[in-house]
Amino acid sequence: MNDKKTIQSSVSNLQSPAAAGCTTCPAHNAGNLLKLGVDMTDWDYVVALAGNPNTGKSTVFNALTGLRQHTGNWPGKTVTRAEGGFSYGDNRFKIVDLPGTYSLLSTSLDEEVARDFILFGQPDVTIIVVDATRLERNLNLALQVLEITDRAVICLNLIDEARRHGITVDERRLARDLGVPVVPTAARQGEGLDALLQAVSEVATGQTVCKPHRVKSESTAIQTAVETLVAQIQEAFPGVPNARWVALRLLDGDERLADAIRSGELGDLRRQEPEAKQDLVIHLEPV
Amino acid sequence: MTTDNLTSTDILKTAEALRWQIGRDFHDRLMEDIYTDAARLADRAVTRPDEKPRFDLDRTIDRIVTSRTWGFPLMILLFTIVFWITIVGANYPSQFLSSILIDKGVPFLHGIANAIGLPTWLSGFVINGMYLATAWVVSVMLPPMAIFFPLFTLLEDFGYLPRVAFNLDNIFHKSGAHGKQALSMMMGFGCNAAGVVATRVIDSPRERLIAIITNNFALCNGRWPTQILIATVFIGGLVPAYLAGIISALAVVGIAMLGVVLSFVVSWSLSRTVLRGEVSTFSLELPPYRPPQVLRTIYTSLIDRTIYVLWRAIVFALPAGAAIWLIANITIGGTSLAEYLVNFLNPLGILIGLNGVILLAYVVAIPANEIVIPTVLMLTVLMTGVNAGAGAGVMFNAQSTSDYMSLFTAGGWTLLTAVNLMLFSLIHNPCSTTIYTIYKETGDKKWTAVAALLPLAMGFIVTFFVAQIWRLFAG
Repeated sequence: MNDKKTIQSSVSNLQSPAAAGCTTCPAHNAGNLLKLGVDMTDWDYVVALAGNPNTGKSTVFNALTGLRQHTGNWPGKTVTRAEGGFSYGDNRFKIVDLPGTYSLLSTSLDEEVARDFILFGQPDVTIIVVDATRLERNLNLALQVLEITDRAVICLNLIDEARRHGITVDERRLARDLGVPVVPTAARQGEGLDALLQAVSEVATGQTVCKPHRVKSESTAIQTAVETLVAQIQEAFPGVPNARWVALRLLDGDERLADAIRSGELGDLRRQEPEAKQDLVIHLEPV
Repeated sequence: MTTDNLTSTDILKTAEALRWQIGRDFHDRLMEDIYTDAARLADRAVTRPDEKPRFDLDRTIDRIVTSRTWGFPLMILLFTIVFWITIVGANYPSQFLSSILIDKGVPFLHGIANAIGLPTWLSGFVINGMYLATAWVVSVMLPPMAIFFPLFTLLEDFGYLPRVAFNLDNIFHKSGAHGKQALSMMMGFGCNAAGVVATRVIDSPRERLIAIITNNFALCNGRWPTQILIATVFIGGLVPAYLAGIISALAVVGIAMLGVVLSFVVSWSLSRTVLRGEVSTFSLELPPYRPPQVLRTIYTSLIDRTIYVLWRAIVFALPAGAAIWLIANITIGGTSLAEYLVNFLNPLGILIGLNGVILLAYVVAIPANEIVIPTVLMLTVLMTGVNAGAGAGVMFNAQSTSDYMSLFTAGGWTLLTAVNLMLFSLIHNPCSTTIYTIYKETGDKKWTAVAALLPLAMGFIVTFFVAQIWRLFAG
């Protein structure tokens, strides 16, 4: 990711050629999104909604979309998906509700669907809904999402329940530590949703550039192994946004990632120019 | 394109080489790193009401029930208590039901049959065959089920079962199986067909197959009554009366634990031979402990489990009772069909410490394990000619353990027969419903055959060796 922070008009235009390092243009991968069953015609940005089960994720989704939503299945999967939309400022956001999972590492179908969407769809923003009363457990997923994508907002939900239990969460400190915006919400009461939309919009349009926390292994053997692999991955696929995470997955024996490397699919994940997106040949293969 | 491909292969090769260097526990270390970071970050951001961590009841209970030292002993203790309550508690209602349904019911029905002038063969077929088989199943199975299932459901509701899964996870992991296999196994303790369906929670096809094949080693409710009865009669009979209940309960727990051990052993062998592969990890949420809603639990477990299982048993008992009556009463050259079959199976049965009657009962009971004991009793009456009041070809009814004991002794049973029957009941082919479910779930005839025949072969091998060793030492 480019660290340069350029403030431009927040209105983005899909047709305008994006210069390399443009931070205001949509980051999503329209070609891959179409394969994942998300059509971005008529939408400016795509937002993924991730989180553990029982964190009020669906409440957040309903609060953001209202009646503008519909449900279906992920292409070729038996996992149901809800998607909807909202407008904020001059932009139209499509929001996709990912399956509620505890991690993105193991091989369950739900986790695979969530992981693939964040990795290959490259959503402009991923909202990670966490339960403020069970922050520690919920951060496990949040940290894993932040390994894959830079563009995330933490929705610190159920803050009212936390308050009732006398728990206070220092969201500024958390935001500093995680390197992404943290917005406390009580979605059921509609509290904090405006601030959430604001944060999402700022990350989507590049007004906020995230520097997410990355998990560092204690073991030097692992560190060296990761560095060796990262170097090779970056050489073969220059510009791939999450080489470190790909390296970790390969070391863990993740076949899906090995396939993505073999087929060159990983190469699609660099920032693309809008023209290239339109020429992209879409393979409608089951992911 | 070519260079790209070359580099891709290089990357994968490097990754493979590095994987060997960093060792097999990489995944767990990675998870640990993430958890450590999550804990640290959460700790920095969260302030709890009081400085000192509150006394957390859930955490305290968890620390005990999932501890390395106390986890397993507690698990065994809890299950022993459950079985002890079942065994002791089922005695009286069982006697009561059997006196109503059989002692009073059979003569009553015969009276009606005589009054309306039914031919003897028809009344024999209907009353001594179908009705008695069903009455038997009800009086033998209903009381233990009505006690065991609610108790089991209470443990489930309280939140204990996920902790059992937690305790077992490590061993499953070492066996090369998925930790969630502990959950499908728990389900299998109720019904193997349900357990096989429950393996859907496992996503990896390899681990799912292992879970399906080994599910049969979870003692299902069709087999609990067999275990409980034989343990009560033979194992409980070895000790003074005041110890009988607890010793029988321990014997049943022992068999159930053996099943768990076997499923580890078989998982381990499968994952090192035909089903080789990586073990996947998962997050198991330990839900907060909740005081169970006792009345609702008893009600739903009676409706969902007890009545359901009982109904299934009855549905299978009716035709089985008819079949048994027929093979016992159709004679060729003065010898009944049943006797031919029993005599044919006897050499094999004796070889593995059982007898022809038991083997024939297992053939008859392929549709439902529930009817093994009724069939065994009926065939024993037939073979030994013990006058049980109702005569040959009628399912025998007994009132107390001593009645069973005298019948079994007449049938030539020894302690070895009892032990091997308990073993064989644990280790044999799944019932036809389960086999059909396995076929539906795997969609593969080969794996279905493996799942059906592997335990059967193991059962023969285990009982054979037990019999040989027993005879060597006990004479």
